[in-house]
Amino acid sequence: MSIFTEAQAKAILDKVIALSKADQCTAQLKGSIDGNVRFALNNVSTSGIVSNVDLSVEVAFGKRVGIATINEFDDAALERVVRRAEDLAKLAPENPEFIPAAAKQAYKPTATFSPATAAITPEYRAQVAADSIQPCKAEKLVAAGFLQDGQSFVAFANSKGNFGYQQATNIDYTCTVRTDGGRGSGWVGHNLQDAKAFDASADIRVAMRKASASAQARAIEPGKYTVILEPVAAAGLLGFMFNDFRARESDEGRSFLSKKGGGNKLGEQIFDPRVNFTADPGHPDALVMPWDDDGLPRERTPIVTDGKVANLQYTRYWAQKQGKRATGEPGNIIMAGGTKTTAELIKTTAKGILVTRTWYIRMVDPQTVLLTGLTRDGTFYIENGQIKYPLKNFRFNESPVIMLNNIEELGRPVRVKGDESDLIMVLPPMKLRDFTFTSLSDAV
Amino acid sequence: MLRRDFLTASGFGVGGFVLPSTFGKLIAAEALVDGAIAITVKKTLADAALAAATAAGASYCDVRVGRYLRQFVITRDAHVENVVNTESIGVGIRVIAGGAWGFAATNDMTTDGVATAARQAAAIAKANARNQTAPVQLAPTPGVGEVSWRAPIRTSAMSVPVKDKAALLLDVNAAALANGADFIQSILFSVNEQKYFASTDGSYIDQDVHRIWPLMRVTAVDKATGKFRTRSELSAPMGLGYEYLDGNKADQTVLPNGVVVYGKSYDMKADAIAASKQARAKIKAPSVKPGKYDLVLDPSHTWLTIHESVGHPTELDRVLGYEANYAGTSFATLDKRANHFKYGSDHVTIVADKIQPGSLGAVGYDDEGVKTKRWDLIKDGVLVDYQVIRDQAHIIGKKASDGCCYADSWSSVQFQRMANVSLLPGKAKLSVPDMIKDVENGIYIVGDGSFSIDQQRYNAQFGGQLFYEIKNGKVGGMIEDVAYQIRTPEFWNACVGVCDESDYRLGGSFFDGKGQPAQVSAVSHGSSTARFNGINVISTARSLG
Repeated sequence: MSIFTEAQAKAILDKVIALSKADQCTAQLKGSIDGNVRFALNNVSTSGIVSNVDLSVEVAFGKRVGIATINEFDDAALERVVRRAEDLAKLAPENPEFIPAAAKQAYKPTATFSPATAAITPEYRAQVAADSIQPCKAEKLVAAGFLQDGQSFVAFANSKGNFGYQQATNIDYTCTVRTDGGRGSGWVGHNLQDAKAFDASADIRVAMRKASASAQARAIEPGKYTVILEPVAAAGLLGFMFNDFRARESDEGRSFLSKKGGGNKLGEQIFDPRVNFTADPGHPDALVMPWDDDGLPRERTPIVTDGKVANLQYTRYWAQKQGKRATGEPGNIIMAGGTKTTAELIKTTAKGILVTRTWYIRMVDPQTVLLTGLTRDGTFYIENGQIKYPLKNFRFNESPVIMLNNIEELGRPVRVKGDESDLIMVLPPMKLRDFTFTSLSDAV
Repeated sequence: MLRRDFLTASGFGVGGFVLPSTFGKLIAAEALVDGAIAITVKKTLADAALAAATAAGASYCDVRVGRYLRQFVITRDAHVENVVNTESIGVGIRVIAGGAWGFAATNDMTTDGVATAARQAAAIAKANARNQTAPVQLAPTPGVGEVSWRAPIRTSAMSVPVKDKAALLLDVNAAALANGADFIQSILFSVNEQKYFASTDGSYIDQDVHRIWPLMRVTAVDKATGKFRTRSELSAPMGLGYEYLDGNKADQTVLPNGVVVYGKSYDMKADAIAASKQARAKIKAPSVKPGKYDLVLDPSHTWLTIHESVGHPTELDRVLGYEANYAGTSFATLDKRANHFKYGSDHVTIVADKIQPGSLGAVGYDDEGVKTKRWDLIKDGVLVDYQVIRDQAHIIGKKASDGCCYADSWSSVQFQRMANVSLLPGKAKLSVPDMIKDVENGIYIVGDGSFSIDQQRYNAQFGGQLFYEIKNGKVGGMIEDVAYQIRTPEFWNACVGVCDESDYRLGGSFFDGKGQPAQVSAVSHGSSTARFNGINVISTARSLG
């Protein structure tokens, strides 16, 4: 079993701390059980369960650090891993950026564990695959998808008396539905914590509708258009930008948040005044661990307020160097919005393009956060408040910084996760003017 | 697809770097040299699994006993940030029972442990058989008995002390900082896969695979204007040992623009010095004027374009739709091959290859015991073949697997992965200066940069590390903000020449991503400098006001 109780985890961590003869010792236990099912061409292709638990021990002599890991937990194994970490530390070069382990912290627990998710069985996963495949088969559509569910725990302790323990669960479901002849494609993604709120047979209808509706796409000239980005389409772009809300890179002059002449843009207006981003580990739709990977407490922190940079993230090293307070790295991003759904935003749009998903986004120029990527799985032309016809996909070259200065209207935020970001985001659908499409793609 | 960025982990895409902790347990550096599992132990474990699977009703079984070692030495400016050594040991067992696949893996390295896993795999196969619409058809491959293969290395990177590697990187960093760089991060990434494969076909294959990748990113900042630019390494990840870092002059080429590029040996310090000066020069270089240009692409750049626009579309599982929800499908459908689709011009012959010495994909046998080979994908511009493994060969009427099956760990199930896919050099003698002398209005691109391509591999956009204008047959000054956009078949049909064999070099990545759960694979792509006429170039310069 790879999910330890708090008492089991603490007993192991206490032994490790007591065994260490180094100047300081930090130990972390992480365990998880992940199940998955994959299907394609309307058939289940693979399914499996992976379970794992690891103990990582980091010790320091002065500024020399050693790390060792083990997946056995008897007394002899614990002794072995501590000695190995100590041996490595003695041989390691000094790290001038070494910062002593954090003192005892007060963490505010977040309810990241949902029993219904932890209780998922292989039969449940098979049913999710069946619920995805059967309706598609019935309508001559082809489904390919993946469900991954997991439960996990993390526990850590250090020789200064700090300790944390918490369990979590997660579900990530994605499905791509294509029309039989391959002319239409739709997609649905659903990332959530609690299996009680998950119903694949409802979600699959979203992908099926988009697949059917996106066939017979027409080409229009690339250029600047008013767009409505569904929240998941926006997530792909915003995920890149949040990598840059770090004080060090900004101060060093190598971020879009660096200021001409030196320093960073903290306090400056960089977006439309309607833009408000907050990190909040306790947000009910996006609960995350109350600490970051460095053991720093996560707090509810405004990141952008009324379009101005409200906070940059300081690591403990950079905070000490700059005389600032170190803050936990955000695990989520919450963007404020309005009350309208995507459908309601469409109703008030005279001419525009609905983008339901973005794909293969990469940084082109970090100076301006210029990104390129493509639309896919349902792109539609809007006229007089209605979807008129499906469009061929576009490549875009756009910066989220420019995009968030071109806001027409924001809708009601929902929880999403980008294809390639670990951040859980709560984002509104966004109506934006002058979004830059640079070429057409023949891909469906 | 390749992972996206230096030191950030992500999903589908080639890319820079993955966080070390994903690779296994952390061990002492000395343990990277010792600790190989004795071949008799591996055979005993394999035989126990094969016997248990057969007794459980499997019609076929293969066993992979793996020890995967990785080492990361990570530095930033004047100090070592981290040294990470990881080891992952275990056994993966795949069976066919009732006509369906089943897979189980264990790190219990006892005969009882592997026998239990083998029975689990058989039980999973039988459960899967209930929903299977057609039984697995496995292309035959001959049993080869007890054989071994080792990467053609001179010095295992694992045997070089960490302090020597750290000293090398810190010397590289100091040289960069003394030559115009404001910041540098440099990394040495070494991999050793000790893989033992056994199957009910009668094969016992022991292989020792080595890879090395020196990486860097140099940043220059101009505080007055607020501009910054980076330049990344012009090295390639290679299937070589530590000798790759020897910096042999014979393996260096000075391009007509003065840029030095590297073949089978890399001089990291010299490249860092050049990178620092070039990053500084990039800050002042003028922006490109958008329009149509003839592009002259150095192999340090072209590998990524080949990877995305030829390597992926010719993977049969993508063509058939098995990757529709993740890596994507392909425009290069089976009807196109049947109709002799003109993928490129007559200059374009592209091969898949699992044997090229020093390449990342080279092995003696793949992860289902098939002897490796080289084969044509595009011949004189015509699409002629795909990349297939044993259970796919029958779908396109092939009698045997191409030998491109791979799993990134003993605990991952093996599946079709991209072979090295390379553009063959031109047959006629042609040097880079001779190619450039006819170009009236062109851009010379060196190094790989930003990359993005659609899910069917039609529309792609690529950047680079260094761009130089070409006017009336002469290479001029550096320009910036260049990206070119292509439609794959039009791009390859615009190829008007490929330099000869003397210019052939490899590029590649450790991190080609595919599958759910996602697996990575290392792959090389070779080419000589190639010219493409009339390609659409955009300017990526923007202002944030």
